[in-house]
Amino acid sequence: MTTPSTTTNTTTSTTTSTTTSTSTSLDITLHVNGVDYPVHIQQGRNLLSVIRTEVGLTGTKEGCDDCECGACMVLLDGQPVNSCSFLAAQAQGRSITTVEGLMDGDEMHPLQRNILDEGGVQCGFCTPGMLVSATALLARTPSPTDDEVRIGLSGNLCRCTGYAKIVAAVHRTAAELAD
Amino acid sequence: MSFLIAATLDEALHALADGARPVAGGSDLVVGARHGKAPLPEHLVAIDRIDSLREIHHTADGLIIGALVNHHTIETDVAVTGRYSALSDGSALVGSPATRHVGTIGGNVMNASPAMDTGAPLVVLGAEVELQSLRGARRVPLHELWTGPGRTSAAPDELCVAIHIAAPMARAASAYLRLEYRRAMEIAIVGAAASVTLADDGSVASARVALTAVAPTIIEVTGLGAGSVDEVVAAARQAASQQARPISDLRASDHYRRHTVGVMAGRAVAAAARRAAGESISSPLNRAVGIGAS
Repeated sequence: MTTPSTTTNTTTSTTTSTTTSTSTSLDITLHVNGVDYPVHIQQGRNLLSVIRTEVGLTGTKEGCDDCECGACMVLLDGQPVNSCSFLAAQAQGRSITTVEGLMDGDEMHPLQRNILDEGGVQCGFCTPGMLVSATALLARTPSPTDDEVRIGLSGNLCRCTGYAKIVAAVHRTAAELAD
Repeated sequence: MSFLIAATLDEALHALADGARPVAGGSDLVVGARHGKAPLPEHLVAIDRIDSLREIHHTADGLIIGALVNHHTIETDVAVTGRYSALSDGSALVGSPATRHVGTIGGNVMNASPAMDTGAPLVVLGAEVELQSLRGARRVPLHELWTGPGRTSAAPDELCVAIHIAAPMARAASAYLRLEYRRAMEIAIVGAAASVTLADDGSVASARVALTAVAPTIIEVTGLGAGSVDEVVAAARQAASQQARPISDLRASDHYRRHTVGVMAGRAVAAAARRAAGESISSPLNRAVGIGAS
């Protein structure tokens, strides 16, 4: 695991920066959950493996490794991305949010609390990706319809719950946040 | 090995001239590399931060869609959903919300999959692709661009920078439908797009139909004439099934594809005709007409 830099407000590299390398590896900085992580990686590495291995945040899961199941979902500048199929090198200078970044100190995000309270967690493997997709959904659609919740979570597979309780947790969170 | 994040189009074109391959969202490139389809190129240029390629321009002549415009933008752009509905019908069906955010129109077109959901819509809308290199720029009609599955006539140093679509005529509209087994993360079993221009008496003055996932590339149906909406729907059904050259694979047999692509073609013509007559049918059409498991 790479030691994160100590400040959380370090200016990230600008979006106009260029990185060139004549070797197979790159030195880049990833901005994850408000913290800069300098990492040394092969240029073909996907974002998921770098977040889990170099950055050391293992909440983000590898499921299908094929852009199908959504277990690897992270936010890139607020938009949902399958990190298994996104080059880590392309994420430099961008703001990355993983499931760990949803916490407010030791406080769970309302989505996290509600998915537990509603019984939307069984084996738990899909849960981080579900939470990340739901976060993106509620950011752009604060009061989603049932159909909008299902579309918002349509890139996330769950083989345990049957989805109903996960959908209920999203609705409950939307109602809470609206109050 | 090299990796460059291009800040400008000029930087990207120089990198391509030096042998690099472009990556935008990576959803085809990275997944394809893992599947052994093609190894990840040794020299990559990331083009996703070239802001000038991320804009949609609406002009009196039509629409210019920058190559980096993603499917989410297309499915929610009011001008696209209103006047170029087949395209928003298609973009709204791509993958999941995440896929629609990283997936770009330029990437979709240049990946040249015969199952791409934006391909048939772009064909019936008469779209042209603008390719640029250090040697200059040129516009290519789609039937000249796609040469086979995953193959295009673009030279290695050419970058797709925009898609040009002429403004539709009055009383013209378009629609795209696909057969799907599930509502998300799906690849078209077959699909069909139609654009229809109505005559003053409400009959079809002209129609174009293009087909998805029934040939090595997206193909346009030939020989459609004018007539009543019912006549043109029937003609499109028959011609689509006749002209399709489908394969059998794990998702469907050739026989099933040949039959269902005719059904989709007929429904696409009917929906485009209703839109051309002024009826509002929301995008994606698949949801409006209830195709796909609920």
